[in-house]
Amino acid sequence: MNWGSWLLWGFVATLVLTILSAGAQGAGLTRISFPQILGTAFTADRDKAKLFGFAAHIFLGLVYSLLYVLIFQALGNAGWWRGAIIGLIHGFFVLLVVMKLLPGLHPRMASEQYGPTAHRLLEPPGFMALHYGVQTPVAMILSHMAYGVVLGAFYRIR
Amino acid sequence: MLFAATISGIQDYGAIGDCRSMALVSKRGSVDWLCWPRFDSDATFAALVDRYRGGHWSITPVGTFRSEQHYRPGSNVLQTLFFAAKGRGILTDLMPVASEPYKRSHLVPDHELLRELRCTDGSMEIEVDFRPRPGFARRRVHLEDRKELGICLEAGKGVYRLRSDRPLRVEPDGATTRLCLNRGDVLRWSLTYSEEAPEVLAPVGESAGAKIDRSVIWWRNWSARSQYHGPYRREVERSALTLKMLAYAPSGAIVAAATTSLPERLHDSLNWDYRFCWLRDASLTVRALLGLGYVDEVESFVSWLLYATRLTQPKLRVLYDPYGRMAPREKVLKHFEGYRGSRPVRVGNEARSQFQLDIYGEVIEAAALYAEHLGRLDRTAQKVLIGLGRYVAKTWERPDRGMWESRSGGKNHTHSRLMCWTALDRLLKLEKKGLLRKAPHDLFILERERIRRQIEDRAWNPRLASYARTVDGDQLDASLLRMAWYGFEPADSPRMKRTGEQIFERLGAGHGLLYRHKSNPPEGAFGACGFWAVEYLARGGGTLEEAHRLFRELLRFRTPAGLFSEEIDPATGEALGNIPQAFTHVGLISAALTLQEADDARAGIELGPSETAA
Repeated sequence: MNWGSWLLWGFVATLVLTILSAGAQGAGLTRISFPQILGTAFTADRDKAKLFGFAAHIFLGLVYSLLYVLIFQALGNAGWWRGAIIGLIHGFFVLLVVMKLLPGLHPRMASEQYGPTAHRLLEPPGFMALHYGVQTPVAMILSHMAYGVVLGAFYRIR
Repeated sequence: MLFAATISGIQDYGAIGDCRSMALVSKRGSVDWLCWPRFDSDATFAALVDRYRGGHWSITPVGTFRSEQHYRPGSNVLQTLFFAAKGRGILTDLMPVASEPYKRSHLVPDHELLRELRCTDGSMEIEVDFRPRPGFARRRVHLEDRKELGICLEAGKGVYRLRSDRPLRVEPDGATTRLCLNRGDVLRWSLTYSEEAPEVLAPVGESAGAKIDRSVIWWRNWSARSQYHGPYRREVERSALTLKMLAYAPSGAIVAAATTSLPERLHDSLNWDYRFCWLRDASLTVRALLGLGYVDEVESFVSWLLYATRLTQPKLRVLYDPYGRMAPREKVLKHFEGYRGSRPVRVGNEARSQFQLDIYGEVIEAAALYAEHLGRLDRTAQKVLIGLGRYVAKTWERPDRGMWESRSGGKNHTHSRLMCWTALDRLLKLEKKGLLRKAPHDLFILERERIRRQIEDRAWNPRLASYARTVDGDQLDASLLRMAWYGFEPADSPRMKRTGEQIFERLGAGHGLLYRHKSNPPEGAFGACGFWAVEYLARGGGTLEEAHRLFRELLRFRTPAGLFSEEIDPATGEALGNIPQAFTHVGLISAALTLQEADDARAGIELGPSETAA
């Protein structure tokens, strides 16, 4: 296990994922913001939530990259396309599983069954996070594949 | 039996809901409208727009009977009172609601419609006719009798289940029964819908009765939070409860109405789908909810306005679905005959791609009202508002479709100009109060003054002796009454007085009702416009007594259950257009609040400072 390489490229891959997600949001493809989702778990203040969320996102990105690296180590090889495939699976996992579980896990997220009580809550993501825009699944899959590509291309097996 | 063949009038319906979906129940005890799982989902019961194919669920006395409908006080639990030849009964309809902590500790169905019939006097024979037609009657229907587990219908992604105290005779496309009830007998039916398996089975019997009590308590607690203390408490409470039902709780959005294609003109094609969220209603909605003290609802709604519409910002669309996505394209349901033959029945709304400038002012005013109440505005919201302001400053001179969503091309609507002025004016005020930073101050001031000059110079028509519907135009429009509401010009200014006179004279439909503008052939009088007139009078366009008189006159056009649709037929007093209509109810609340403020102000003056303080 190459700890230095994991730390460096795990961090870079997470940055790439964050930049691509923010770009997709800015371009009007999706409303999803991982820093916002993660940060609002700690605070209801949107401005502070983004800061907390960014830190949490980097941390989680590193944790996830450890799994990628372990798979590369197990396979005995890395490579951009291997990373892309793991990223594809990762993207679908987030879309299909994590998003479905999120309303139950997140203290400030409404579920589809929420109501009639009204509190300022995050809207639920819905199937494949489609509530955040119909192009959300595409943006999510591509950004996670890019994350895998960076890790696969630059991580050095030891 | 197809009982729904004797379909009721629009005004003969009461609404029940759970802040995610809504059903309409007729005075004859028939559920003729229900969309699950969301307001804008396909209807399962749609007899309202097709007596034969639409689907319904009726619980009705056999033979001749008379009926009345009202809500249990302070709640959205509907009661239909049956007066039959040999007995009397009360049919209670509701979508059960409960607090979030309760729902976390108990298994409750995702969606439920609960009905209870109680024979209160003598005896009565009733007929139950259950004919669900999911997907606007485009899905195959095959009911399965699972005995103790109820009657099951799998349709698309979900499963419907009807459970009852007494068995029904099940056929593939419906279930029926005839029952005899004696004084004291109580029967209950529960219809649930779930898209997840295993679904939660709703118990009937005594525990269903407890659900009714729990729901009544929940709604009453909510109603009790109202801070309205004026003379129209009952009416304001009903409107607030209706508005609350139209709010989609998971996102905070508020839909315009629960139905599609109820006609604005009978036997005509002015039939639109209103089950989406219009930004046009934003500022009045916020003013109404804030005025009543429902801050949580305002917070959710403003949050939805600013963040759910983010994908299209700085451009805004006229309407969105409850999750802030583009509403679907308009389609015609050709297999439906329409309400009393008023075709076509449409789903989706083509106004989604119209260019409308007034909505920018609405959103900014709504956010400003909320920010002033809260005393702060987060940085993201500030950025969003400045972006909208810049867009207004750049585009206000463009022709648009106007607030009435004209389908005959763009015009320079005075109301749209007014709302652009409002947008920039409110941003500058927010900046002055220190709630908005980094706004392009000079640009906003310059454009705000240019808009004012254009309205004053070119929207005022001396020959008409009134402001006109369009810049350089010669038509009237009831929306001009709102110029005073937004603070563009005092209601008692000579120009506004003349405008008011002209509107009352030329757009008056009798009995206090107003047409929104002249149309040929005429459509119904527009409910909200009457309430705008009340506010105009109360703000100085007339006397406070005139305003109260007009308000009371308009209240006569509520349906027996206390609801308003979009329009009213001035000849018959019948409701026209989609129901219940948030815009009209918001207009009622706003007018009542203005009257209350004016009454309070007058009382303060009459009492004098020392007595007021005491």
